[in-house]
Amino acid sequence: MTDSSQNGGVERTFFLNDPKVRAIIYQVVMVAIVVWAGWSIVDNTATNLNERGIPFGFDFLTAPSGFGINQSLIPYSESSTYGDVYWVGLINTLLVAVIGVFFATILGFLIGIARLSHNWLIARIATVYIEIIRNVPLLLQLFVWYFAVLRLLPAKREALDLGPIGLLNIAGFYAPKPIFGANTWMVGVAILIAIALGIGIRFWARRRQMATGQQFPIGWTFIGLLIVLPLIAYFISGDPITFEYPELARFGPQGGIRVIPEFIGLLLALTLYTAAFIAEIVRAGIMAVSHGQTEAAHALGLRNGPTLRLVIVPQAMRVIIPPLTSQYLNLTKNSSLAVAIAYPDLVSTFTGTALNQTGRAVEIILMTMLTYLAISLLTSAFMNWYNKRVALVER
Amino acid sequence: MKKIIKVALAAAFGLAGVATAQAGTLQDVQAKGFVQCGSNGSLPGFGVPDDQGNWTGLDVDYCRALAAAVFGDPNAVKFTPLSAKERFTALQSGEVDVLSRNTTWTMTRDASLGLNFVGVDYYDGQGFMVRKSLDVSSALELSGAAVCTNTGTTTELNVADYFRANNLDYEVVAFEKGDEVIAAYDAGRCDVFTTDASGLYAERLKLTNPDEHMILPEIISKEPLGPVVRQGDDEWFNVNKWVLNAIINAEDLGVNQANVDQMLGSDNPEIRRLLGAEGTFGEMIGLSNDWAYNVIKMVGNYADIFDRNVGPDTPLGISRGLNALWSKGGILYAPPIR
Ligand SMILES: N[C@@H](CCC(=O)N[C@@H](CS)C(=O)NCC(=O)O)C(=O)O
Repeated sequence: MTDSSQNGGVERTFFLNDPKVRAIIYQVVMVAIVVWAGWSIVDNTATNLNERGIPFGFDFLTAPSGFGINQSLIPYSESSTYGDVYWVGLINTLLVAVIGVFFATILGFLIGIARLSHNWLIARIATVYIEIIRNVPLLLQLFVWYFAVLRLLPAKREALDLGPIGLLNIAGFYAPKPIFGANTWMVGVAILIAIALGIGIRFWARRRQMATGQQFPIGWTFIGLLIVLPLIAYFISGDPITFEYPELARFGPQGGIRVIPEFIGLLLALTLYTAAFIAEIVRAGIMAVSHGQTEAAHALGLRNGPTLRLVIVPQAMRVIIPPLTSQYLNLTKNSSLAVAIAYPDLVSTFTGTALNQTGRAVEIILMTMLTYLAISLLTSAFMNWYNKRVALVER
Repeated sequence: MKKIIKVALAAAFGLAGVATAQAGTLQDVQAKGFVQCGSNGSLPGFGVPDDQGNWTGLDVDYCRALAAAVFGDPNAVKFTPLSAKERFTALQSGEVDVLSRNTTWTMTRDASLGLNFVGVDYYDGQGFMVRKSLDVSSALELSGAAVCTNTGTTTELNVADYFRANNLDYEVVAFEKGDEVIAAYDAGRCDVFTTDASGLYAERLKLTNPDEHMILPEIISKEPLGPVVRQGDDEWFNVNKWVLNAIINAEDLGVNQANVDQMLGSDNPEIRRLLGAEGTFGEMIGLSNDWAYNVIKMVGNYADIFDRNVGPDTPLGISRGLNALWSKGGILYAPPIR
């Protein structure tokens, strides 16, 4: 028999050597360090600002900014406030991020699938594209796109006439601006009716397929409805929409809807760059679905299209979505490189000009950091929700 | 356990140590053996390094003069190139000891950034450059024009004021770096390039065809440019002020780089005080009494510095204008050394 049974069965150890106690101590110490570090940073900043006579506060947000911004989706002028500058910058950031995510996703999926293509040339082109784009720094690509685009386009007093699409020159792209006449509402109503009909048909087609097994071309019908109904309404209501075409004036085209070249350059760079990463993610996702799935689908009599759409892609999505989310976040954060080519995003207008004119570095950097954090967290939350929806439901 | 406590304490004290006292820049500078000077990295005539890393320019020479006064060595200075946007943060955070980067003295900057302007070393004003082919002769004809400029400058505000006050439409295209502004203007993105008039002359040199561009007659603002130091360090503030004053007074008194040794024997009491032959003026500001002698001998007086960097015989070819001495039709004037 061992000693322990003679001593009453309990082996005493020094309490610090108890793993449970240790774990608690470590955590307490960790929390203390974090709190202390955080407090020190705040305290130091406050003390230093105070010593140097730099005021702290957010009252500057209501002061007039006094400078101009060349792209704003909300009303803005030099007499607007620094608070308005924040919103203008934020909206410009979101604008380029959302449109960039949209195009990068489409392009990325196309290139990713192209890289898996059995056509040697298509697969090679996709590979070359991905390797070049992924391995050149984004800032460099941004300069190439911006300055190359600028140098290739006609000068300000000339323009490439794209006919009904608009004018293009170094000062940007000028699209015709629709002017809505009194009867435009009829067209709007026609669009709504088309959508409602589309939903109804889908419902009916599902029921019919369940009952009889017969399929119905929902997609084509819907597109047809969406074109034909508004067109009929348009002509019945007497041609209510007219267009204001941009015209060349002394300092370049005037009128129409203008897209500034800084936006085009930034959008091109962000889209092409991120698409290369998305393409690789898509390729990985598709390759993660075993070939047996395709064979099984074929054995059930599904053709290639439905196999991809109904069997492969839904399973690939589970692998694709988490890394896709980080690419969306990257694109949004990379949009802050805008400052290099004068696109008035949040970093350029708010942490650039506004910070410099007011000197409120701490306040402005804090606000900007929290804003980017919020955008990132919201994007992640949305993608997580979507990921849950497409996750494999195990039975 | 002990290790962890040690690390924690070190981290805590390390952080607490960040709150360094801000007075004593002169002692700090003397201890490290050089002046850290924030300057423009790409403005010929004011602050720019050549391909061997030798810095030249009017703003650069001010820092060299400061080094000559403190160390008797105009090369005891290191330069940090700063963009318009970075400059004040760099000075506030102590990354540089002095900011000498074509910086306009304005009330907001003086009163709310925790900084002090040392004085004025170049009286400037904002101007416009356009292509000759645009066929305009006045800024008032610029309604509808796109204007290229630098982020974080007085320029950005002045241009808004000017166009608004004159009821002109405009589009501002603001870049962070000067080189990008001029590249975009050169590419034709903007009809107008605007900045301080001195900057226009300097940046014009970077254009593909400088002769195809002209500077419009309007000067739309006052841009007194000068060095800046942190607020709350009077000793360092004084050193900077009097180095600048000595440079200007030397020209006033006819003392220059070429004749300063002769002038040591002058019996003009003002010159004797300037050069340290009489009085203890250097000691009053914590330096040696030959401080100003060193500045003039090693860097020069205002005329030497101006002519060497931006004057009529340089590529910039700027005439003295407002920057001539008060006694010669300009407004350059410094309090006396006495
Ligand atoms: N004096 C004005 C403007 C100073 C400024 O940044 N000027 C521009 C244009 S000359 C410049 O130095 N650019 C050079 C660069 O940023 O590299 C101010 O203090 O705000």
